[in-house]
Amino acid sequence: MTPHRATLLGIAPTLLIIGVLMVVPMIIMAAYSLMEASSFGGVLPHFSAEAYIKLLFDRDLDDSLAFDPSYMIILWRSLRIAGLATLITLCVGFPVAYFIATRPPEQRTLLIFLITIPFWTNLLIRTYSWVLILRDTGLINTVLQAGGLTDQPVKLLYTEGAILFGLVYTYAPFMVLPLYTSLEKLDFRLVEAARDLYCGPWGALRHVVLPLVKPGLVAGSILVFVPCLGAFVAPDLLGGGKELMISTLIQLQFTSSRNWPFGAALALVLLALVMLTLTVSAVRQARATAEGGH
Amino acid sequence: MPQAVEIIDVVKKYGSFTALHNVTLDIRPNEFFTLLGPSGCGKTTLLRIIAGFEDITGGTLKLFGNDITALPPDRRPINTVFQHYSLFPHMTVAENVAFGLRRLKMPDAEITRRVAEMLEMIKLSSHAGRRPHQLSGGQQQRVALARALAPRPKVLLLDEPLSALDLKLRQAMRMELKTLQQQTGVTFIFVTHDQEEALAMSDRIAVLSEGRVQQIDAPQVIYEHPATRFVADFIGDANFLTAGVEQLEDGRAHCALPGGYRLIARDAGAARPGQRVSLFLRPEKLSVHDGPVEDGIGMTVRTIVYQGDATDYVVELDGGITLRSRCENRINGDPILTAGERGFLRIAPDAAKTLLD
Amino acid sequence: MARTIRKVTDLPGFRGFTWLFFAYLYAPLVLLVVFSFNATRSGTVWSGFSLTWYAKIAADSQIQRAALNSLTVAVCATAIATVVATAAALAMKRGVPFFGKKVTGGLIMTPLVVPEIVTAVATLLLFSAIGLSLGLGNIILAHVAFCIPFAYLPIRARLERMDESIELAARDLYATPWQTLRTVTLPLLAPGIVSGALLALITSIDDFIITMMVAEPGATTLPLYIYGMLRLGVSPEINAISTILLAVSVMVVTLSHLLTRRR
Repeated sequence: MTPHRATLLGIAPTLLIIGVLMVVPMIIMAAYSLMEASSFGGVLPHFSAEAYIKLLFDRDLDDSLAFDPSYMIILWRSLRIAGLATLITLCVGFPVAYFIATRPPEQRTLLIFLITIPFWTNLLIRTYSWVLILRDTGLINTVLQAGGLTDQPVKLLYTEGAILFGLVYTYAPFMVLPLYTSLEKLDFRLVEAARDLYCGPWGALRHVVLPLVKPGLVAGSILVFVPCLGAFVAPDLLGGGKELMISTLIQLQFTSSRNWPFGAALALVLLALVMLTLTVSAVRQARATAEGGH
Repeated sequence: MPQAVEIIDVVKKYGSFTALHNVTLDIRPNEFFTLLGPSGCGKTTLLRIIAGFEDITGGTLKLFGNDITALPPDRRPINTVFQHYSLFPHMTVAENVAFGLRRLKMPDAEITRRVAEMLEMIKLSSHAGRRPHQLSGGQQQRVALARALAPRPKVLLLDEPLSALDLKLRQAMRMELKTLQQQTGVTFIFVTHDQEEALAMSDRIAVLSEGRVQQIDAPQVIYEHPATRFVADFIGDANFLTAGVEQLEDGRAHCALPGGYRLIARDAGAARPGQRVSLFLRPEKLSVHDGPVEDGIGMTVRTIVYQGDATDYVVELDGGITLRSRCENRINGDPILTAGERGFLRIAPDAAKTLLD
Repeated sequence: MARTIRKVTDLPGFRGFTWLFFAYLYAPLVLLVVFSFNATRSGTVWSGFSLTWYAKIAADSQIQRAALNSLTVAVCATAIATVVATAAALAMKRGVPFFGKKVTGGLIMTPLVVPEIVTAVATLLLFSAIGLSLGLGNIILAHVAFCIPFAYLPIRARLERMDESIELAARDLYATPWQTLRTVTLPLLAPGIVSGALLALITSIDDFIITMMVAEPGATTLPLYIYGMLRLGVSPEINAISTILLAVSVMVVTLSHLLTRRR
């Protein structure tokens, strides 16, 4: 067997599986989005752009189209919540990553391991644990009422805030890890140099640390933004399914709404948004590397 | 006029390990002062303490009479040239040099002027817009120097700044650094483990070992009159012999060596007759001869090592003592004697020095 | 020296903030575990230690079936994904350059990049288009795809850290490529493979969204069952199952972590 043939033989099963189970389904999904919905679920095999029209317009009884922003609102809400969650994880994750990166090596390994543990525990369980804390009879409200701070339970669960809380909780490790990787590679003697040249602690952070770990900031933000945009569990369990996000909307098209082409089209829109985010950041990254050479 | 830096009884401990034991030393204004010692002797720790990167376990630190013990590095008018330069990779050469000036909130015009002046001084004006990674090691070194000197610090700290350069460049930079120090009049505190570097550049040297100051003196004094066996051994090459003191005369000790030899050693100091002492002799003060000379001692050459400008001879005296001698080469470069040959060794008067352990 | 460089680099407040963050990270999980041992149904008031809820799930045949399903799916998907990913990592890191190598590297990562809900929908459409109906088999197939990158990454990382000259030494000592692979490369790679397999296993056991979309009626995994219970409201049985799942995850991840760290 030639080395070339062995290499191809090694890679073939993976390519076959990914091809059949990831690439082909995407193509089918694209095709379905351009077909007509069958009212029993599934599709009728002829071309229709109805799924895409539905994104922006409502078809009245007389078949005329009226602009309907309701799906755009859901899309916007998804983008907004994902963006906010990213921003919060960034603010929360940076001090943590910085602190860990400035510990002695043995402590660093342990702390990073502790950061990853929750990441490997079941997403449903992690989100559910917040239901226990936020619900009307949950920990926070019990404490508030026992302390006499409030008579009525404060509504915490089934709010946008609860969704944000859950998303930040779930994806904070995604932010801490790439930030930590960048910070760990940072030559902290540069911070000493900055301090030596009359920077206070925050000045050194602003003028030296942040510019140098920018790739980590971007990587972490993307790692958080992408799954937040497509998050299903947090909006479902903590948002109570009232404040819809795009993933719940997609799921509904395959369950109660039975509009497969529309679901497929929505999924493609989500995929396109994700790909757009990744491409833009990859291009910017490449440009920064070409310019800075560092 | 107060001292530039006063280090008073400074102790530094890491847990149970003591890096500096009650170090006290003064550094004079406009002086090129060197902290010299092997790795782990505490010289870098001391430098970092002066810079403000390390707090101290005990003691006081003064800069021109003012107590700076509790000041963070950004509040000390002291700048550092780092061992690996630590230039900011995301800034140009000019931005690096301007960094400290900006933090000091100098007017823009003044910053521009001073950066230009600094780049002129290090002869890198044409590289102002380059990034550090586009420069050679020697150029980076000079930018680091310019960056540290730009804010006109009262004291400049240099942490083995030449160690990352190759030999030729290192030797050239020695001269440059010395000249620069004389031109600027800034007090330089230079850390190195390279004794040659220290001897070539310094006004005074402090030799450190295991967190203690062994000796503070001018280079010639350190070389010719080492205070301790450690200093004698660390600086330059040395022969050590154990001898018995027979009598004292004018601060000299008449010593008896094994094999029946007698030697008069200077710096007898606190030695007492009957005491055993170490004698220390620089190899270049011993010369080998192929014929009889005045005061010559019969010996056999064991090994010779050719060094280019000189040759090292390991010789065995007839009485059994082994010594090293370094002799300048003859014009044609041939050794005076080759291994196995017999000849004579002459010890220059006053070559031997007593050392109390 | 390293420990002392930190002094100047410390930023005020970051230490306290980090400990708060760890509290935020672990408090909900601790709460969950603690109240799984509560004597009453309450999730906020402690009324004594009891194993009631564990006894309840031990007697619940539906939970056990779901757990068995989860395990079957995870073991099958992990086995396939690990073998396939090992071969792929060897081909990518030790093989010859081939046409489309860069694209292949990207393709392997697609399951990590594409939002889960999209993968779920696309897989559902594929299965329905070809009329695939293999019960648990559907779920296993879907899991294999997204388990591959989880198995692949630690194996590739291990290969990258391994000194290739050791393999060259084997070749120099008359081993054929196949013998080198069997007697040198694979044994050295073993910790990476085990670590990859463990991560794939956890990912499969924990998966909810993709499973939810492709599962046929009757093929219920543990996360699906838990989700069903959650829809009905908070109950201490969920705490008990969660605690068990949590314990399994922590054990497996710790094991994987220790394996990757050992040289």
